[in-house]
Amino acid sequence: MAKVTVDGIEVEVPNGASVLQACEAAGKEVPRFCYHERLSVAGNCRMCLVEVEKAPKPVASCAYPVAEGMKVFTDTPVVRNARRGVMEFLLINHPLDCPICDQGGECDLQDQAYAYGSDMSRFLEAKRAVKDKDIGPLIKTVMTRCIQCTRCVRFAAEVAGTPELGGTNRGENMEIGTYVEKALTSELSGNLIDICPVGALTSRPYAYVSRPWELKKTDSIDVLDAVGANIRVDARGPEVLRIIPRINEAVNEEWMADRGRFSFDGLKRRRLDRPWVRKDGKLHAATWPEAFAAIATKLSSLPGDRIGAVAGALADAESTLALKDLMAAYGSANLDCCDDFAAIDTSRPDFYRFNTTIAGIEEADALLIVGCDPRKEAPVLNARIRKRWTAGKFPVGFVGPRGVDLTYPVQHLGDSPAALAGSAFLETLKAAQKPMLILGRGALQRPDGAAVLAAAWKIAAETGMLKPDWHGFNLLHHFGGQVGALELGFVPGTNGKGLNAMLTGGVDALWLLNADGFDPARIPAGTFVVYQGHHGDEMAARADVILPGAAYTEKDATWVNTEGRAQRGRLAIFPPGEAREDWRIIRAYSEGVGKALPYDDANAIRARLAQASPVFARVGEVARGGCANPTGPAGDAAALNNVPFALPIAVYHQADVISRASEVMAQCAAIYGPQQALAAE
Amino acid sequence: MSAPAHEEPASFAFDAESEAKIATIIRRYPEGKQASAVIPLLYVAQKQMGRLTGSAWVPRVAMDVIAERLSMPPIRVYEVATFYFMFNMKPIGRFHLQVCGTTPCMLRGSDEVMRACKDAGGVAGPGETSEDGLFTMTEVECLGACVNAPILQVDDDYYEDLDYESTVKLIEALKRGERPAPGSAIGRRSSEAAGGATALKGAEQD
Repeated sequence: MAKVTVDGIEVEVPNGASVLQACEAAGKEVPRFCYHERLSVAGNCRMCLVEVEKAPKPVASCAYPVAEGMKVFTDTPVVRNARRGVMEFLLINHPLDCPICDQGGECDLQDQAYAYGSDMSRFLEAKRAVKDKDIGPLIKTVMTRCIQCTRCVRFAAEVAGTPELGGTNRGENMEIGTYVEKALTSELSGNLIDICPVGALTSRPYAYVSRPWELKKTDSIDVLDAVGANIRVDARGPEVLRIIPRINEAVNEEWMADRGRFSFDGLKRRRLDRPWVRKDGKLHAATWPEAFAAIATKLSSLPGDRIGAVAGALADAESTLALKDLMAAYGSANLDCCDDFAAIDTSRPDFYRFNTTIAGIEEADALLIVGCDPRKEAPVLNARIRKRWTAGKFPVGFVGPRGVDLTYPVQHLGDSPAALAGSAFLETLKAAQKPMLILGRGALQRPDGAAVLAAAWKIAAETGMLKPDWHGFNLLHHFGGQVGALELGFVPGTNGKGLNAMLTGGVDALWLLNADGFDPARIPAGTFVVYQGHHGDEMAARADVILPGAAYTEKDATWVNTEGRAQRGRLAIFPPGEAREDWRIIRAYSEGVGKALPYDDANAIRARLAQASPVFARVGEVARGGCANPTGPAGDAAALNNVPFALPIAVYHQADVISRASEVMAQCAAIYGPQQALAAE
Repeated sequence: MSAPAHEEPASFAFDAESEAKIATIIRRYPEGKQASAVIPLLYVAQKQMGRLTGSAWVPRVAMDVIAERLSMPPIRVYEVATFYFMFNMKPIGRFHLQVCGTTPCMLRGSDEVMRACKDAGGVAGPGETSEDGLFTMTEVECLGACVNAPILQVDDDYYEDLDYESTVKLIEALKRGERPAPGSAIGRRSSEAAGGATALKGAEQD
């Protein structure tokens, strides 16, 4: 530790820290453009100049290491003059187009020009202009505004692992871009918009849409992948206008995946905004009482074990619980939350959670990935793996299709379960102190899914991943609603039927809560289908009764991420038309059929949630621990068949109902679709 | 210049002569630091283009080949190649006339050298290529031979102590396919004083 005095305030910072960090520790604000805590230090904007005692000139505090007894001054005439000079230089080539710039109101350059700039420019010559680059449908570029801080270049190379941006040419002609015109191939590209300190990189879908001060900002959770990134939903009136990440060091740091960020325009399209009831083979618009009556008539005519319920990928915990309770009231144990047929063992939570935790990845020292493409299934989590890989000494083994680029090098061990046995990489894992394994949920969707789960667990047990103080077995889920339903035990009960049995004549009525994961053609012709959801995707077309629900931005709901971390999403806008919050729909229905559920407000159902599973009692936290019991899941590890693993998400940008309704995502899919992936190999 | 506005070759591969050079170049760098060889390899690519097509420049495909060879992202090669003026990012003429225009050369008459290039070479101005495709003239910064100013660098060779007439003569010779011996146009040896050596006379006898 080094003692540093900043403006008379003494602080202690670790050796090797920068002067800028010392200033922050002392609570002093230091303006900066190129410096970013999560990126390497470039030191090229020169805005963070401070005075250091005995230094002959002002120093760039971001790139200057502290020394014992150093005296730093952040607010002297020299510093103020120096910063004013730097700001004048930065503004020489920066256009005065703030009134038409989307960054206006949340622009670092604008704010800092106010605070540190002078009132007028002395530059009389012609400003330079730079041609805008086309780097894909998500990011709009106005390169004349670029101040060449190179944050985007460093982000793409370091965090995203797709080094496609660079600074070409030199001096006054230097430009940031891809040189060869191409769309960025990162699933994290939206973060470039956040880290750009000026208006050079802005959101294309949000272009000229709104000003930051007009937006209602609501903290929520991204549910379009199972990471559970903390987000802020910015809305105006009835519309979500943009989604940006919030900082949560344990989950998403400050990053966010593109699908969650840009697919919200799908919330306005193909929405179910009123109940529908099928009469004479055709769906007719109906009222809530009519829809409820149609369901009640059908369900009351059936014995409990002929009714089934499926909760899907985007079902929140509250409504899943309400549906489970409703089914219990009907006497049905036919529940399934794996609408993708994943063979998940819920007998113990660590069989289906990401036990190492996302932050825990940084402690691991060897990794085996099985049947999973974390880059597509959980881009933010993949960035964490890459962060760990960048830190060094992190061998990664991969079992899955050849030619998958995870943004860090992997040892490809094979493409089928056979590669799991007897591989030399297992010795690497055994030699490691904290080895971990990531099993993709997609690998459990195979017919031998239970065997894959058991085999993966067996490897974890044999390679020392399951220790009292370290749990290295991880299942990576795909969507925000999946783990919540597992925590609530939304699985076949005693004598209950699973989804496969329900789809092969096991039930006569099926209540689908956001269940879009399987092909509707698999539902037998005679089955009465209630579809409760928010998008008129394929499954809704098969329904006999449609109950319009709320999307994740339209309800106060609890979501559980792949780690088993419960987090609350909040209502940002109201659901369209007659759509309602999902658990309230089920509660209202239960009242009408005389099976009233024992909760009627948010607090009551949350108390019930906390009762059902402890994860809901400690929202925002995750119970991390070692593995107390190395006994594996029920599957027979020897029953593996040798079919190669297929990756479940073929088109990253259209993996869920919301993004399938989104125009922006459709454009992305056209550009980054599977044919593109083939060409890249 | 963000995207090339000229015809790019469809493919590029190093020939045997280049490969031999590359083998020795890459050996100079420690294992894992091969990316350091990017500048020499860009030169090799540019030379090969000059040798095979008569126009010494670095097409994008060549940069991609280099990136792959050195296991670095293509953009990192683009950054280096566009940073240095010595790499031509678009096709040039058979002879690259690089006129030094920095102060000592300017004081010693580089404007005349440039005028000669325009007149004799048929080049319209700096950065232009003559219609016959023989000459591209660029104005470059100090070539580090100020004592023999003004300098005209033709490809890799320095021609020194030039004036209008001697430059025209040089260019006419190039047109005839000759390569006059590089060095001083007024016959002085290296950078000796213009009237002959004034000091260290007879030094070589000792």
